[in-house]
Amino acid sequence: MTDRVRASGSIRGRLLIQLLSGAGILALILFFVVQNFTKQLAEENQDNILRASVTSILDVAAVQNGQITIDIPYSAFSMLGNVSDDRVFYKITQNNIFLTGYDSLPDAKPAKSLSQPRVSTANYLGEEVRLVTSTRLLSNAGVPVLISVTIAQTRNGQKQTLAFISRRVSMLGFGFFAIAAILTVYSAQSTVRPLQQLAVSVSRRGPQDLRPVAAPIPREMVPLVDALNKFMGRLKKSLGQSEEFIAEAAHRVRTPLATVRTQAEVALHRVEQDENRVALREMIRAIDESSRAAGQLLDHAMVTFRTDYLEVQKLDLREMVFDLVENMRPVADLKDIVLNLENSSPLSIMGDSILIQNAVRNLIDNAIKYSPVESLVKLRFLQGPRKIGLIIQDEGIGFPKEDRSDLTKRFVRGSNVGGRIGSGLGLTIVDDVVGAHGGSLSIENNAKGNGACVTLCFPSS
Amino acid sequence: MRYLLVEDNLALAKAILDRMSLNGHVADHAARIGTANDYLKVSDYDLILLDIMLPDGDGRQLLKEYRANSGKTPIIALTARSQVSDRVGVLDLGADDYLTKPFDFSELEARCRAVIRRQGGAAENIKRFGNTVYDGVSGKLRVDDIPIRLRNRELRLLEIFINAPGQLFSKSKLVDRLFSYEDDVAENAIEVYVARLRKKLESSDLKIITERGMGYRLSLL
Ligand SMILES: Nc1ncnc2c1ncn2[C@@H]1O[C@H](COP(=O)(O)OP(=O)(O)O)[C@@H](O)[C@H]1O
Ligand SMILES: [Mg+2]
Repeated sequence: MTDRVRASGSIRGRLLIQLLSGAGILALILFFVVQNFTKQLAEENQDNILRASVTSILDVAAVQNGQITIDIPYSAFSMLGNVSDDRVFYKITQNNIFLTGYDSLPDAKPAKSLSQPRVSTANYLGEEVRLVTSTRLLSNAGVPVLISVTIAQTRNGQKQTLAFISRRVSMLGFGFFAIAAILTVYSAQSTVRPLQQLAVSVSRRGPQDLRPVAAPIPREMVPLVDALNKFMGRLKKSLGQSEEFIAEAAHRVRTPLATVRTQAEVALHRVEQDENRVALREMIRAIDESSRAAGQLLDHAMVTFRTDYLEVQKLDLREMVFDLVENMRPVADLKDIVLNLENSSPLSIMGDSILIQNAVRNLIDNAIKYSPVESLVKLRFLQGPRKIGLIIQDEGIGFPKEDRSDLTKRFVRGSNVGGRIGSGLGLTIVDDVVGAHGGSLSIENNAKGNGACVTLCFPSS
Repeated sequence: MRYLLVEDNLALAKAILDRMSLNGHVADHAARIGTANDYLKVSDYDLILLDIMLPDGDGRQLLKEYRANSGKTPIIALTARSQVSDRVGVLDLGADDYLTKPFDFSELEARCRAVIRRQGGAAENIKRFGNTVYDGVSGKLRVDDIPIRLRNRELRLLEIFINAPGQLFSKSKLVDRLFSYEDDVAENAIEVYVARLRKKLESSDLKIITERGMGYRLSLL
């Protein structure tokens, strides 16, 4: 009756994918933005130092005695020197005539630019350099002199620093992603948790527990839980009705039968004439037959109903069988049959106690019914690694040889029954109960001597 | 023995009462929980037979209250519902046993006896016949103070005689009382049990007399 529910996608999976890809994109953006920013910063820093260096050289350019003098200050290069082992080049020209430094060093471009100082990047001696060029107009005895200073510095140190920062930034990006991922998993989990809690609290209930879900739930789940509650309400009502119906039916059928039977018994003791007595005995037999059939039918209905909504709990098979045997003793006594129950340690199984009781009762009932007076019915337990069983052996007529497997079918009675009253539902009930519990039933005859040997097995818990 | 029968179906109640008096028992009858409570206040019973569905409430309620007020009398519940459909078992509520209707009267008696025996039993059920003492509750027979073991059927046969000393019972009557309606027993089968009982009563002052062609009766020497 449990059709598998078709699953399509998962809320948590979807949440995880969406949030994680969001976090990934954010981490990448973070990486590029920070890397770009630091690169700009490093370049600006170099530019500023180069500019300051150029300016400091230009500042000391002066005209003395009609001679241009430039006394390059120590600081001009020392301020550049702090960055790793980058090489520094310079060139000073006067009216575009090379004065000192590296003759081949180009000026910063564009040459026509008006802004001072000019900054650009170029390739020099096979290395990328940053160039800063600045000019200053001096006047030598009324003649304008244009002093131009260019300083260049390779960018190795900067590149190293950038690579270093890149690594750091990428680690930062990864760290960001990792934290985001943890938070994502956590939040996906906590989003799905109310759903899981609901599922657990509903599935953990016994099948008879149809109370509405009362635990607080997130607002978004209210419609779902509301529908679930309403559905359970309807189910509870209809289940209650069918149970009530079976019980009521039993009552309706049995009470009048009990009256008639008792009256017939009383009459039987009063009448003297043999043919009346025979008739009354027949009548009582018929009543027993119908009441037994009615009882077994209703029991069977109830058992079918209960196996559909199996309510398992831990129970001790030994204690249950012990109580049942005590309960059946007076009936066995009527035929002077001794019920002999072998002792055992507690045997715990998972099951519906009323169903299992009913099954065992049916088996003991059969053993008594199909046994002669003054005989012995032996009950003993079977304790395997995974199974727990009960073996019931009697000294009665035994199962018929043919069609033994049919005896568990509805209304099927053996060819051996003779005048014994029965409905053919007893073993059906036993089989249903055993089936619902994942157990097994075997009906055989004793290897030695007369009588049946019925074995009932349940998985141990 | 003194019974209280709580049963709302009057026809059934009357039949049960009739059947009980046949076995020499005394019984009061209450059709409602209220009446039953009144009876329980004023008299002592050896046993209570309690129907579960009653017009003024659930018999299980009476059961619970009676036990809560430390009522000790054994109670056998009579239920028309099946065991399978009763969620709260009557045994858990303090009943000593239960029977589903319709029931075989011999089974009822057997269960009553078992329940009373478990409780210790009332003393006034002891009957004396010369050197023979019979305790109807525990089902124990003593001759010259020596306990005699009887099988169930022998005991029931003896009880039939003892409840009506001197009365003549035909074989077929005894068959009706002793055998279930399932077995197709020949009347001769009763002879086996009479013979056995006679043997056990060998040294007793009680004797089973055969009236040729009529049946048997019990007589005191
Ligand atoms: N202990 C037993 N000994 C011999 N035969 C048995 C025993 N138990 C069951 N059977 C056979 O199995 C048949 C089916 O049993 P069951 O379903 O209980 O129906 P029934 O009402 O006839 O007892 C019986 O009619 C009988 O032939
Ligand atoms: Mg059966």
